[in-house]
Amino acid sequence: MKMKKKKDILIVGVGGQGIIVASEILADVGKEAGFDVKKSEVHGMSQRGGSVSTHVRFGKQVFSPLIRQGKVDFLLAFELLEALRWVNFLSPHGAALVNNLKINPTTVSSGSMEYPSNIAHLLKESGHTIQLIEGINLAEQAGSKRAVNIVLLGALSGFLPDIAEEMWLKVIRSRVSAKTLQANEKAFYLGRKDA
Amino acid sequence: MKVLLSGNEAVARGGYEFGVSVAAGYPGTPSTEILENIVHFSEIYCQWSPNEKVALETGIGASLAGARTLVTMKHVGLNVAADPFMTLAYTGVNAGLVIVCADDPGMHSSQNEQDNRFYAKFAQVPLLEPSDSQEAKDLVGFGLEISEKYDTPVLLRLTTRISHSKSLTEVKDQRIVSSIGPFAKDPKKYVMIPAHSRKRHVLMKTRTKSLRALSESTDWNRCEMNDKKIGIICGSIAYQYAKEVLPEASYLKLGMSHPLPHKLITDFARHVEKLYVLEELTPFIEDQVKAMGISVEGRSMLPDTGELTPDIVAQAFLHESAPKGYHPGVELPPRPPVMCPGCPHRGLFYTLSRKKIRAMGDIGCYTLSVLPPLQAMDTCICMGASIGTAHGFNKASQGSDVPPVVGVIGDSTFLHSGLTGLLDVAYNQGNSTIIILDNRTTAMTGFQHHPGTGLTLQGKETRAVDLKALAESFGISRVHEVDPYDLKQLSQVIDREVKASEPSLIISRRPCVLLERKKRKTKPVQRQVAVDLCTGCKACLKLGCPAISFLAEDKAVIDPLMCNGCPVCEQVCKAGAIQSVAI
Ligand SMILES: Cc1ncc(C[n+]2csc(CCOP(=O)(O)OP(=O)(O)O)c2C)c(N)n1
Repeated sequence: MKMKKKKDILIVGVGGQGIIVASEILADVGKEAGFDVKKSEVHGMSQRGGSVSTHVRFGKQVFSPLIRQGKVDFLLAFELLEALRWVNFLSPHGAALVNNLKINPTTVSSGSMEYPSNIAHLLKESGHTIQLIEGINLAEQAGSKRAVNIVLLGALSGFLPDIAEEMWLKVIRSRVSAKTLQANEKAFYLGRKDA
Repeated sequence: MKVLLSGNEAVARGGYEFGVSVAAGYPGTPSTEILENIVHFSEIYCQWSPNEKVALETGIGASLAGARTLVTMKHVGLNVAADPFMTLAYTGVNAGLVIVCADDPGMHSSQNEQDNRFYAKFAQVPLLEPSDSQEAKDLVGFGLEISEKYDTPVLLRLTTRISHSKSLTEVKDQRIVSSIGPFAKDPKKYVMIPAHSRKRHVLMKTRTKSLRALSESTDWNRCEMNDKKIGIICGSIAYQYAKEVLPEASYLKLGMSHPLPHKLITDFARHVEKLYVLEELTPFIEDQVKAMGISVEGRSMLPDTGELTPDIVAQAFLHESAPKGYHPGVELPPRPPVMCPGCPHRGLFYTLSRKKIRAMGDIGCYTLSVLPPLQAMDTCICMGASIGTAHGFNKASQGSDVPPVVGVIGDSTFLHSGLTGLLDVAYNQGNSTIIILDNRTTAMTGFQHHPGTGLTLQGKETRAVDLKALAESFGISRVHEVDPYDLKQLSQVIDREVKASEPSLIISRRPCVLLERKKRKTKPVQRQVAVDLCTGCKACLKLGCPAISFLAEDKAVIDPLMCNGCPVCEQVCKAGAIQSVAI
């Protein structure tokens, strides 16, 4: 197999959004594609609706499970504010795939702070490639509101030409229940087409 | 076959492959998933113990009986288990006994960031530190082997980044069968009366010498000679960060970091131009190298506290600061963790907060009540501390005009280390009101069973402790069970009990809403705001429920995706605008 270039992917969002599952699938896909893989996340307090971030790294040989700031190739953001929080981790050539969804943190819903009003615009000002994805719409279209994470992985897959589509589907099939398989496969395709 | 395993999964797998047959522990991030994975191996008896001390004692018994044993806990768990640990170091073991302990540099989910490597040196037992999941698995085997060979417990120290990072790990299907014999009576070894302990202590010094010789010769401590300008001594996750940032440097990689290999270090130091130690948290290795008279640098180049990152290492060694990147010109609201919508803890803390009652607190999901808007917790030290703290506070304030404080403690925490505190209140005739937040689970760490839930780690039905009867047997006669969804009842009971001149126990009982949701799968009702009735008074916002927010500044709105249908907000709305709807 010809050796492909390293990929550093940062997945961010809010606890309970299915980020850990997405990162598990992504890491498995990297392994199937013949890379050395490392993945790091923080459990615990983050499960209670806090910010969550997961690092996934593919390469010939990966040492650190954490990606260095300014070296992220792809930022996969499940929420707008979280995208903005982490966009400065992108490398100069990095791209962000952002779920077009706003979830108010309690600091906002309690009225003590404001949710930035024009995040899509602010993200574009960073100069990076920013792809907004209507994750919830596409997931509903696919038949399961909960498949947003698979929609987003589908979108990411479009940016990773080294990895065959079949590899993604193989891993997704092994990770989701038979009942939701059809919706998840469809979610993957819709996300992939969208990107 | 290579599979992607987290450090915790790899330790569990190591337990299987290297013939462990008993495992015990108490949950605690980042160590919890070790036992949660061991439970999948039917060859291993495993259990959640009430606390880490009991877990270790169970482990000691199992080892004596001839079973290879793992005991798991988070870093602060070893404080609780320190008493048996320190003397177990004297008695040694029969079958291999490895204590797996996970530190939390950066305090992702902990109350402190103590460096447990000192415990190995303190107790004079070997310390093993993996740098990835493969090493975590293999060090379980090495640890068990040297535990038996050198007659010592072994400390396997993980950190959050090791426990919760996944990397490729070779797994095998074979399982080693341990050949250790049964327990042989040997009071001089196992009964630590002073006369015996004095002799054992001398033996321990000899043991440390042999272990140091092992540390010099084992493959786990190895030199990787490369560019000799820079030589770095490191282990654990620091090794990975260093290799990432300084691939050309020379390394002395330590997998066994106590006792340190003095000769290896001296040789390595001689072969490199400039010597560094790179380690997280404290200069544990560096100070020992300095004491050997070797000039070395490390800690002074790093931030004094917190977790290492590859960026920090790059800054220290290459003076390369992380690129600034793009910063939007707006302030980003932080997203702290919060109590879930429908959390039964909310009603209780809302009531305490309204009444301005000081609460000596404890550790669990309910500690989140310290955050605005509830701000209902006044202390949090360690598991179980709430009760003793409340007792001491109230004793000291007796006769003054300082109003009494209450102690609040979760059910798992109470059974972990609150029992003796309650006994203290009863025995020493305190008047404290103690509130157990009985949500029928250990929610904080991911819903583990405990002696109050009626099920074991291996899913067996068992008896559940009766908290009321227990408190009564201590001599506490005022025991009340309340439903934290019923604010009126809560308020009455708390008012009455705080005033009482005797101690009382309030058991605030309702299962964790996430557990209930899992069981039921659907939510029977939901709350909704009748917009025309909402006066915009914001009383509901004082609950700090993440499902409730304000629409265009003048009306409350409840997010139907987040609401778990509890009736608490309905009770605080004076305008009657919050109503339940069937879904
Ligand atoms: C000695 C020690 N062991 C383990 C932990 C990790 N830990 C913190 S709170 C907690 C238990 C929380 O359960 P419970 O008291 O029932 O409260 P809940 O989270 O369910 O509200 C655990 C296991 C710790 N902080 N200290």
